[in-house]
Order: sequence, then C-alpha cells, then structure tokens
Amino acid sequence: MTFEYAPALESTSVVSLKDQYGLFINGEFVNAQAGEHFATLNPANEDHLANISQGSSHDIDVAVKAARKAFTTWSAMPGAERGKYLYRIARIIQDRSREIAVLETLDNGKPIRETRDVDIPLVAAHFFHYAGWADKLEYAGMGNNPQPLGVAGQIIPWNFPLLMLAWKIAPALAAGNTVVLKPAEETPLTALLFAEICQQADLPPGVVNIVTGDGSTGRALVEHPDVNKIAFTGSTEVGRLIAHAVAGTHKKVTLELGGKAANIVFDDAPIDQAIEGVVNGIFFNQGHVCCAGSRLLIQESVYDQFMELLYDRCNTLRLGNPLDKNTDVGAINSAAQLARITEIAATGDAEGAHRWTASCAIPEKGFWYPPTIFTDVSQANRIAREEIFGPVLSVLTFRTPEEAIEKANNSPFGLSAGIWTEKGSRILQVASQLRAGVIWANTFNKFDATSPFGGYKESGYGREGGRHGLEPYLKVGV
Amino acid sequence: MSNSFSLQDAARSGLVDVSSNASLTRFLHGLPGVDLVGLEARAAMLGTRSIKTTAKAEGIDLAIRMIDLTTLEGMDTRGKVRSLCAKARRPDPYDATVPSPAAICVYGDMVGHAKDALSGTSIKVAAVATAFPSGRASPRVKLMDVQDAVAQGADEIDMVIDRGAFHEGRYLDVLEEIIAVKAACGNAHLKVILETGELKTYDNIRRASWLGMLGGGDFIKTSTGKVSPAATAPVVLLMLQAIRDFHKSTGQIIGMKPAGGIRTTKDAMKMLVLVKETLGDRWLDPDLFRIGASALLNDLLMQRTKLRTGAYSGPDYVTVD
Repeated sequence: MTFEYAPALESTSVVSLKDQYGLFINGEFVNAQAGEHFATLNPANEDHLANISQGSSHDIDVAVKAARKAFTTWSAMPGAERGKYLYRIARIIQDRSREIAVLETLDNGKPIRETRDVDIPLVAAHFFHYAGWADKLEYAGMGNNPQPLGVAGQIIPWNFPLLMLAWKIAPALAAGNTVVLKPAEETPLTALLFAEICQQADLPPGVVNIVTGDGSTGRALVEHPDVNKIAFTGSTEVGRLIAHAVAGTHKKVTLELGGKAANIVFDDAPIDQAIEGVVNGIFFNQGHVCCAGSRLLIQESVYDQFMELLYDRCNTLRLGNPLDKNTDVGAINSAAQLARITEIAATGDAEGAHRWTASCAIPEKGFWYPPTIFTDVSQANRIAREEIFGPVLSVLTFRTPEEAIEKANNSPFGLSAGIWTEKGSRILQVASQLRAGVIWANTFNKFDATSPFGGYKESGYGREGGRHGLEPYLKVGV
Repeated sequence: MSNSFSLQDAARSGLVDVSSNASLTRFLHGLPGVDLVGLEARAAMLGTRSIKTTAKAEGIDLAIRMIDLTTLEGMDTRGKVRSLCAKARRPDPYDATVPSPAAICVYGDMVGHAKDALSGTSIKVAAVATAFPSGRASPRVKLMDVQDAVAQGADEIDMVIDRGAFHEGRYLDVLEEIIAVKAACGNAHLKVILETGELKTYDNIRRASWLGMLGGGDFIKTSTGKVSPAATAPVVLLMLQAIRDFHKSTGQIIGMKPAGGIRTTKDAMKMLVLVKETLGDRWLDPDLFRIGASALLNDLLMQRTKLRTGAYSGPDYVTVD
C-alpha cells in the first residue's frame, strides 16, 4: 500500500490581482513619476503576476513629505488612539488571512502551509503586540516621556515579505512615527495589499507610505535628508552600504543582516526532536532565512546514528507546488538567488565536501533547489563560512562542548544559534558563551512577537520585536 | 513474526543487559529523551496533511481493513458479539465492495462465540487478557487468562503491562511478565498494551515501548480504551519512532496499534499519515498496523459512501451494532 497524497491545492480564487500597481503615498495609490514598471513573477512556475511601479527619488521625496506632514498629527494623537488603528489593522489581517497567505505564496514561492500557519499569524501577532504598547510607552523602561523620532525609512527583504513589513511598521507606528517602506522588488504584492488594508482601517493618510522599486529606490530613501531613521533587513553587503551612507548624519539605524547559525547537537539530545529542529532550521522557507541553522555541529559520538535518521527524514520532505497544502519545500525565490545557491554549493564539491541530495523530483518550470546536505565540511570551506540563503546544510562535528562553542563562534556572523541537549545545565553553560543574538534551546526558528530578535557582529545591530523593538523608534531618555 | 522470545533472546540481541533490574534500568534510562514541545509540534504538523479524493478513498478502505472492531463492556452479551461479527463480515449492507476489518476484539469469555460467528472468514479474533484493563491480578491468574483465551481459539492476545511495577521501577518484572505471556500465547500474536494514559510522561512511553518489543510483543498498543488520554497523535508518533529504532537495532519488524479515542475518518487519516511519514509504506498493512475502535467503522462507511455518491447518507444508513 502506498497511500500517495492526492493534490490538495489551495484555491487562488480569494486573490484578485491587478495588472498594474501604483505607489501608495498619502493614503492613495498614485502613479510613479517616471511611469516605469517592472514585473513580479511567481517563482514556482515563472508566471507573470503583475506590473509594479518603479519608484524614483522624486517619488521617495513625495512620500517622505507626506509622512512628515502626517507625523504632526499622528505623533500628537493619544497612544490609545494609535493603538486602536493598530488593533484594527491586526483584526483585518486575521479576517483576510487566507487571501494574504495565498498572495504571499504566489509572489514568494514559499509553501502555503508556512504562510498560513507561520507568516500571517505572526504578522497579526506583531500588530496586536505593538497595538498594546501604543499607550504604554512611558512604562517601556525608556525614560519618562519617550518621543517618536519622526519619519522612518524602512527597507525589507523578499524572504518573509509581509512579516518583515509587520516587524518594521508595527513598532514604528505604535511609537508615533510615520513610515516610508520599500518592499523587495521580488515580492511587493503583500505590501501593496497591506496598503489596501491601511485604507480599509481608515489609517490617516501619510502615516504609512509604500514605494516599490529596486535598489536605487532604496538608496534614495536612505539618502533622503528628511528621514530620521533607517531600518533595514537584508544582506550584509547592502547593510554596509547603508551604514556608510548614514554615517555622519543624524539618522538612527538598525540593521538586520545575514547569518550562518550553528545548530549544535549534543550526544544527550532528544534525538527525534533534534532531527526535526535541524530540518526546520535549514529547510524551513527553503533556507531563505537569515537566522537559518545552516551549520549543523554534531557531537562525534552520535554522528552516524543522527545522520542516518536525518537522511531518512529529509527523504520524506515534499517538494513541489507551493499552493499544495502538503508541500514542505517550495520554490527558490528568484533565478538570481538560485544561481547564487548553485554557485556557492558548487564550491562545496570543489573544496572536497561530500554532497547528499534529497530524493525528490524537481518541477520543470520555476526555480528549484533540492534539500542538500554537505558532510566532511571543514571550517575553512566557503560553505561553512558564507551565507548561502538556500536549502543547503553544512555538517561539521565536534568532540567537546568547548570545541562546539569555539566553532560556533568562529564566524563573522552572530545572529542565531541552536542547542540540543536534555541537560538543562548544559543549555545555560553553552548559551552564555555563544555570541549570537538569538539562541534557541531544543527548538529552532521559533518566533514570537514578544521576543526581541537581532544580531552580533556582521549580522547587524538593533533589536526588533518585544519591548526591545520599541527602542529603535524612540528618542530614549528624553 | 511470531518469534517466541525469552529473556535469553532479549539478552542475546546484544542491545540490552537484562541480567538485573539495575542493568535494564540503565539501558532504558539511556534511551534518548523526548522533548515534549518538539514531539507535540511534529505531531500537530503531520495533523495538517490534507487527504483528499483518491488518497482519501484509498485511506478509508485501508483504515477499514486495519480495524480491530471492538466491544469491551461489562454488559457484552453473546448477541452483541454475534451482531458485531455480522458487521465485520458485511460492514455495509448496501455495498458489498467494502472490505472487512482485520479482527474482532472481545473479552476472553466471548472468544468462542466470536470464532463461531466468524467461521469461514479470515477475520481474526483478538482477546484482551491479563486482567484487562487494570492488570491488577497475580501473575498466575494473568497467565491463566491468556491460556484460556488461546484455548478457546483466540488468534491474538491483547495484554496489559503492569503499570504499578513500571512506576515502581521494577522494569525487569514488567519484561519477564511480557515474556511469560508471549510464551503462553503459543501461535497467537501478542499485542502489548502500555496504557500510555497511566504512564504519563513521553520518556516513560518510550521506555515501555522498548519493554514491549524486547519482551517479544508482535505489536505494541497505546491503550485499553478505558483511560483517557489514549491514542493521541504525539503518543502514536513516539511509539512509531520506537518501532523504527527497534527495527534499526535488531532488524525485527514490530506492529503498532493505537486504540482509544479514534472515532472519525479524519482521526484515522491522521494515523495513516503518522505511519507513512515515520515508518514508511511497508507498515501501511493490517499485518503491521491496527486501529482499535468501535464507532470509527461507521464514520468511515459514511465518508466512503459520500465519496462514491457525493451525498452524505447520515447515521440512519449505517448499522448500529
């Protein structure tokens, strides 16, 4: 008996796509000044989804002026009133969650199971969480009367499009700022749907402005003289450019950049759950996760047993149509990202690591990369040092806790780490020595609106989420 | 599969030193721990699998064939057992294509009646024994219970482990009792009921699963159905993982029987998903996976009719037995 799962496709009828989208400025959709457009694709089948406006520095200027104007009233509004708008947005997101989940899956390529069960519930949770802070800023431990900064310029990546928007917009608005946000050019659709939700919630015009475009649009936002704060999530490379651009200005900056997290499995780990944690750590969202557990550090005494189970488990991963409710691994987000993954993974072969590939069929159209595991990896290999941002795991071994900690910390990054052991004292001992912003014990890639997130070293600075996530949007201690 | 196990066999497997309770304890306590949050999260994720159309049709017939159709009441009568056997012979009076369940599961004194009512079919008769459901009787009485059921023709024996001894840490006593029951079974297959609702922790359930398999159980089974919670998804997942580990270590293939609380087609499909994605297709077979249930069969029949006709007939169109 095989009991093969029949296709179980989520319907796309809940989504209505426009042929062409404008920019969302001052509460309205407007045409970009230059009238230029670019296409956004469905990465699972390369279908054209819509034409998106290319925002120019002029459009950014118009948006910043709208945000500046709105700031006067928004910041003066009682916190409880701002909170009402955020609660309203959160409830609309819940009401329209299925539509949003399908749209996100279409534009991004990630499985509907993840958008439905992870991304969109977290988006709503972030708005609910920060709605609650809006009238309690005085009690956030940041001085008696913390004041908003002004206009926040926010640039978000393509891996969790709407979730990254929520991480940026919810705390900014709760604290009394207004925002100009630029979504990733690969995945602008849910941000534009969010603009509709702002209209539906009667959010005052100019409080949220969304300007789509490519890197030049982002640069115009970063360099705009009337922006008080830049929040960026994306590559370390672009993060460096932003840090340079704002150096010497009055702008506050938070950067959430790359990672090369160590997922450390000790010999006394809960093995079956550690397997799940390793799989979730690197294959969740096709590995397009800045905090992905892309380096597995495994204690030598359980290496053989663990790897056998891990390969078996990975062979059960279901790769395919992201709209199928039983899909575990979706499409790579773009041709460019697929090329990058392919290129770095090839260095693994060239440098002598041993490649294992999950036995799943690859669809003919679209951008796909199968779950891949490299063993016999050493610290010197590129696949152990560089962020691949794809479904590629590098496996290294260790003998002692000291060696695990040393190898885990031996990275230019420091965003996250995982510890797997049934021994509570070991969790505390190891966690206290790891230089990473987020450390998970016996779990991985677990996010919560109440918990701060951010990195050390080249993984960036500043924290998002929770009470800590208010700090980057307030003049603290005034 | 009905290897007759002895303590020496368990020892010879080389996996575990059964020379003393202390050494057995060290082995069981050395099994990997179970992280509650992670186990439950994995079970919940597998619970989201969407089983539609052809998969559902295949799954329903498979689930029907895996059922141990059960009546275990103090007020069971010969008439009740006969009626259940008739149901097993012909589950749906309107549709001869419906397969029969694997077995009828009854108390020991009903085995002869069930065997008579099922003569000429391949449907097995399983008897609960060993002072089911509490297991609180002397070892002598428990063995006689088993011998009596086997003498009456039981094809399968569903025993309960001694949970009191387990909680006292007398693992060797638990193991020796399973081995003795297995010997008393003769050719009858043995299912070892852990009564997971009384073991309470997942670590205990993993340890008891190993005792059941080391003792020669052909199946390990979650529950008697008399204690709640019973066959929850995390418990079933954990026991399937234990079966996988035992197979990797010894090469032996052990079956699994969740029982208690599986009432709907959806519940049954979740069980099949757990098996498929933990042990693989080989275990999707009534010889290796059973579902202990009574109400489940009628829900499967109603869903089966709905899939075939497009209309939901309702409970008046399936027989109440």
